Amino acid sequence: MFSNIFYGKNYYGDFGESGATDTDQAGKENKPGNDWPLWEVFIRSKQGLDHKHAGSLHAADAQMAIENARDVYTRRNEGISIWVVESRHIHASNPDEAGSLFDPANDKVYRHPTFYDLPDAVKHM
Amino acid sequence: MQMHDLEKIFADKIATEIKIEPRDWMPDAYRKTLVRQISQHAHSEVVGMLPEGNWITRAPSLKRKAILLAKIQDEAGHGLYLYSAAETLGVSREETINELHNGKAKYSSIFNYPTLTWADIGAIGWLVDGAAIMNQVMLCRTSYGPYARAMVRICKEESFHQRQGFDILYTLSKGSDDQKTMCQDAINRWWWPSLMMFGPKDADSPHTDQSMKWKIKRMTNDELRQRFVDMIAEQVKVLGMVLPDPKLTWNDERKHYDFGEIDWAEFWQVVKGYGPCNKQRIATRKNAWDNGAWVREAALAHAQKRKSRTDTHPSQNAAAA
Ligand SMILES: [Fe+2]
Ligand SMILES: [Fe+2]
Repeated sequence: MFSNIFYGKNYYGDFGESGATDTDQAGKENKPGNDWPLWEVFIRSKQGLDHKHAGSLHAADAQMAIENARDVYTRRNEGISIWVVESRHIHASNPDEAGSLFDPANDKVYRHPTFYDLPDAVKHM
Repeated sequence: MQMHDLEKIFADKIATEIKIEPRDWMPDAYRKTLVRQISQHAHSEVVGMLPEGNWITRAPSLKRKAILLAKIQDEAGHGLYLYSAAETLGVSREETINELHNGKAKYSSIFNYPTLTWADIGAIGWLVDGAAIMNQVMLCRTSYGPYARAMVRICKEESFHQRQGFDILYTLSKGSDDQKTMCQDAINRWWWPSLMMFGPKDADSPHTDQSMKWKIKRMTNDELRQRFVDMIAEQVKVLGMVLPDPKLTWNDERKHYDFGEIDWAEFWQVVKGYGPCNKQRIATRKNAWDNGAWVREAALAHAQKRKSRTDTHPSQNAAAA
């Protein structure tokens, strides 16, 4: 619901910016234009580890996205496996609602082993 | 939530070193500053490939050619990381690139100087990448998450750039008299423009104050420039060369090198578009973009055609998992 405010108009006002555009970007969505679709790239750095988000790039299709990801994100043996997913398929939680979303975990200290005081006699638990 | 609440949450994050992420609320001026700075940085990486590209076919050996190619390919990657970071702020790639082509967006003025000899490739790696690294190391701690992450990746790759440049000059400095002269000549021509890379003096830099408050920048132009001078003034001794500044002297009180005044008239002239290669650089970029248009369109058309085929015959896609 705050996404509108994100694009909200010059809250602090413009401060002198010679050569900057006058076109007000506020309220303008990230228009697709003629760009190739945007892809998110995930790299598995070595066998046994999870794929981890590495960055993003534009590509016409999945195969090109993988090939380009190879060229930009693994030039120094950073990976042995690549996942790509078109960015528009990613759904994200709203950061402004993070408080309430993660609230259930806040008051459950008993989920952590440090909550329990064990007698000194107990070893290796 | 009220506007001042959002502003306070933002200010608290900045104060406590919590990174700002793309979907977090941020003041519009913060976003605009980032878009301007990150896209300018991206353009610098991309335009920066041109003066070096000039020497790929004329590198003195296969080894040097392979190294130069790898270095330039890295710069293309750096451009991509930064364009991607700019996109997270709500500007499209196309818009960003258009602004470079129509002159609304700037790039680092250093790339408007020509590369006249092979030694220039050494000087660029050592001085230009060296200066860029100073700035980029600082930006690894910038307050905007995607920008900081791009910088960490870039910094990992940059140190080879500076070393290969120094290595070129070091080899020349051990060579014939002609090679030594070439080495010194390149240093003479690239030294002052490299110092200009840090931007105007703090007193003349309108954005610095706000950028420091927002922790986009963590050090001022003059602080970074001084660090660079201190580093290079020592390294040049290893080359047995000199920096073209009669005022360069160690100041034992300040524990820094003193150095002469930059020619600010030249600086502003190049920024405003009247450097030796401004027109050529933009023309080359535009040309590459325009000549690539049919490839971009064809690739998209091809992808759409393939997709419409698999949509009607989904079985072809079954093995994709
Ligand atoms: Fe770079
Ligand atoms: Fe570099």
